[in-house]
Amino acid sequence: MRLLIKNGRVVDPANNIDAALDILVADGKIVKVAKDIKANGAQIIDAADKIIIPGLVDMHVHLREPGREDKETVESGTAAALKGGVTTLLAMPNTTPAIDSEENIALLKKIIGKSAQANVLICGAISKGRLGKELSGIAELKKAGALAISDDGSSVDNDDLLLDAFKQAKEAGLLVICHSEDKALSGKGVVNRGLIATRMGLRGISHESEYLRVERDIKLAKKTGVKIHIAHVSCKESVILIAAAKKQGVKVTAEAAPHHFSFTEEAVLGFDTNFKMNPPLRSKADREALRQALKDGTIDCIASDHAPHTENEKDIEFDRAEFGVIGLETELSAAITELVETKLLDWPRLVEKMAVNPARILGIDQGSLATGKDADIVIIDPKQERLVEKQKLISRSKNCAFLGMKLRGVVEYTIYKGEVHPWNS
Amino acid sequence: MREKAKILDQEAINRALTRIAHEIMEKNRSTKELCLIGIRNRGAFLAKRLANAIEKIDNAPAAVGILDITLYRDDLTLIAAKPLVRKTEIDFDISDKNVVLVDDVLYTGRTIRAALDALIDFGRPKSIQLAVLVDRGHRELPIRADFVGKNIPTAKNETVEVRLEETDGLDEVAIVEKS
Amino acid sequence: MTVKGIIMSWVRKDLLGLEYLSKEEIELILSTADSFKEVSTREIKKVPALRGKTVVNLFYEPSTRTRVSFEVAAKRLSADVINIASETSSVKKGETLIDTGKNIQALKADIIVMRHNYSGAAVVLARNIDLSVINAGDGWHEHPTQALLDIFTLKEKLGRIPGLHVTIVGDIAHSRVARSNIWGLTKLGAKVTVCAPAMLIPPGIEELGVKVSHDLGEALKQADAVNVLRMQFERDEEEAFPKQLEYFQNFGITAERLKKAKKGIIVMHPGPINRGIEMSSEVADGANSVILEQVTNGIAVRMAVLFLVAQAREENAA
Repeated sequence: MRLLIKNGRVVDPANNIDAALDILVADGKIVKVAKDIKANGAQIIDAADKIIIPGLVDMHVHLREPGREDKETVESGTAAALKGGVTTLLAMPNTTPAIDSEENIALLKKIIGKSAQANVLICGAISKGRLGKELSGIAELKKAGALAISDDGSSVDNDDLLLDAFKQAKEAGLLVICHSEDKALSGKGVVNRGLIATRMGLRGISHESEYLRVERDIKLAKKTGVKIHIAHVSCKESVILIAAAKKQGVKVTAEAAPHHFSFTEEAVLGFDTNFKMNPPLRSKADREALRQALKDGTIDCIASDHAPHTENEKDIEFDRAEFGVIGLETELSAAITELVETKLLDWPRLVEKMAVNPARILGIDQGSLATGKDADIVIIDPKQERLVEKQKLISRSKNCAFLGMKLRGVVEYTIYKGEVHPWNS
Repeated sequence: MREKAKILDQEAINRALTRIAHEIMEKNRSTKELCLIGIRNRGAFLAKRLANAIEKIDNAPAAVGILDITLYRDDLTLIAAKPLVRKTEIDFDISDKNVVLVDDVLYTGRTIRAALDALIDFGRPKSIQLAVLVDRGHRELPIRADFVGKNIPTAKNETVEVRLEETDGLDEVAIVEKS
Repeated sequence: MTVKGIIMSWVRKDLLGLEYLSKEEIELILSTADSFKEVSTREIKKVPALRGKTVVNLFYEPSTRTRVSFEVAAKRLSADVINIASETSSVKKGETLIDTGKNIQALKADIIVMRHNYSGAAVVLARNIDLSVINAGDGWHEHPTQALLDIFTLKEKLGRIPGLHVTIVGDIAHSRVARSNIWGLTKLGAKVTVCAPAMLIPPGIEELGVKVSHDLGEALKQADAVNVLRMQFERDEEEAFPKQLEYFQNFGITAERLKKAKKGIIVMHPGPINRGIEMSSEVADGANSVILEQVTNGIAVRMAVLFLVAQAREENAA
């Protein structure tokens, strides 16, 4: 079965392409990218006025399986991913059990083999049980197929342990993803520390709790030469530290989440727990710093930090509600609305942030529409606006910060390994 | 809203009040056990005027109080503008007194019903009488006035507007047709 | 529609905090409360305004005085009152706040008066049910009726609010009473100073238009009134907290200190008082104290609030 995508604007920055071209797909691979391709008998998608980009790579996703299948499963999470244009994702290891051993990777791989609708990559845990006490077998995780390691949700507090982890990761050639948060400083905080927290009578989470850890993580990375990636950067000070480290040649990359570049702490004022996440929404100045960092390249990529939670865990008192929001289904539209429509990024830069760069950071062969690559393709109607509605979300959880908002840019088709998923019906 | 007719002017209102004052004194003899309690808003001002007229007749003042019946109404949700709860000012004991309730217009009788409920909560008067400037008919409860300034037959789509200097800048009573 | 510059319409089904109210709405509550105060002086202290209405006191945190004040207020309006006291621990095990609210709604109650240990709980509840919700204190967030009765008392004693200097002393960081007072007083044009050790001043508070002081003597100099917050030394927190004796020495209200303050300064306290910690007994029982009048005024204020939300809810339903 051959597939021909005609008349669209192909945005493929990995190959320096931004032009009106046709794409021919056969046997799950891209066969040809050229003007006016003729292919008899091929299924044809007319992509006139549409934008065609490589499938997105989201390097920060919580699929919750194994352990919390009531929140999300590999199957439901990957289905949600496809709907959002994400064809490859990195699954975070904070499941039950944590992905901290060869056996647990095997267990997850089995689930993936059985039910994944999209390409799921595995991130192992830095420490056993993600407790920050004892390292998992890092070389063993690599051998079992982990692409990166992280204790996401927690930071490794012990400097010596982390230094050890960095050395082993360096040796194994593994990327380390850092959740940079000093819990001794963030404590029981639930929103950004400052006036808003004061008005709401809520405990604050200081900037220091993040950037002091970013600073430490960078320092140890510099010392060991390991590649690190700072997850969900939320504040200005972190951006400055990362920019400086990059200048010094430290192998550090960073991501920003759509909620952090879309909202400010003021969104929390109504005690809506769909704006409760960790790190918290910060000030206008922080949001502006993130946007500029996306523009100037200090922040390499956009990742959803998709964190599903049930209504029982979210629709309660603000203090008691879980941190985190889902994002797979809205991240592309949010980025188009907040970054492209505002002229902060053009289309090729957006594709770099959401496909090319995360693929490069993870060292995978995705994020490109070159001949011979997997046919992971997204076709977008860039002009259409859509209201984000709870009942239309296909993730098992509905804790989305964008509910009730109109976002521009709608995924019309996601093509994963040549298989067409139409969404506009 | 269209004004149909002026029924009373200032002189007529004064005459009516003077007459009512005399009737009250005929019935109650002395101001000793008499008190006048006006229903907010305009009844309160009428009660004060009646007290002045009575003082001219008897040379002795009658006690005057103000009653706000908002909390006793049975039609809170029916009226368009929500009424403001205002103060009740009765700084004397009404027990064993002859109380004359004063209001501007007697219509369905529901306001008076509410006022009676309220008064009873303040004590046990010897009697309660009712004085109104205008009785426009259409009673929905078995209530009648003891003293009436003027009976004005009206249709249900009309309202009687009592305007007083204290609240409206001039004294007059008019019939207004609802559009 | 206005009468003597007061707006006549109250349209909110809930009272969640003074942050959310306009100056006019606050003034409407105060003037309504003024009318209700007389009811409690009658021989029969009851009016039928809320006859047939059910008020549920839903208290997740023990509080005798606020609950009793609301209960008295509701009863003087002829409402039926049901008290539900729930310890947080059992709530954690049991149903969610919204489920509890929906159950009370299914009982066909009309108003929930809620005290909760988490900030924003009343906001969350109000959003999810049709009943009126009155916030009787949520975490560190707001305690609107307490601030309203404080302001009512101030106005009664000093004749006005605009231009008054009010100093709030104590644990500002963890106080819903302080927050509600700051919103209410600044909206009505008073000048507010908060006075406490630095560790008890929350970040950004100056941006709400208040002055911050760490020197009680200084903070009392200009003050027409001082509102003294209850100190909860039993607080089990990771945050820093001053020592009792040290606190009293530096921030306790004593007769000595009052002598140096403005003549006729009014002393308020939301109760219950820790004598010898927040203020000396001499002050608590002295001529400047209006603490018991606050309790009396609390009933009028709560009657007004119950009446206004009930009326607005009926209006919306009609």
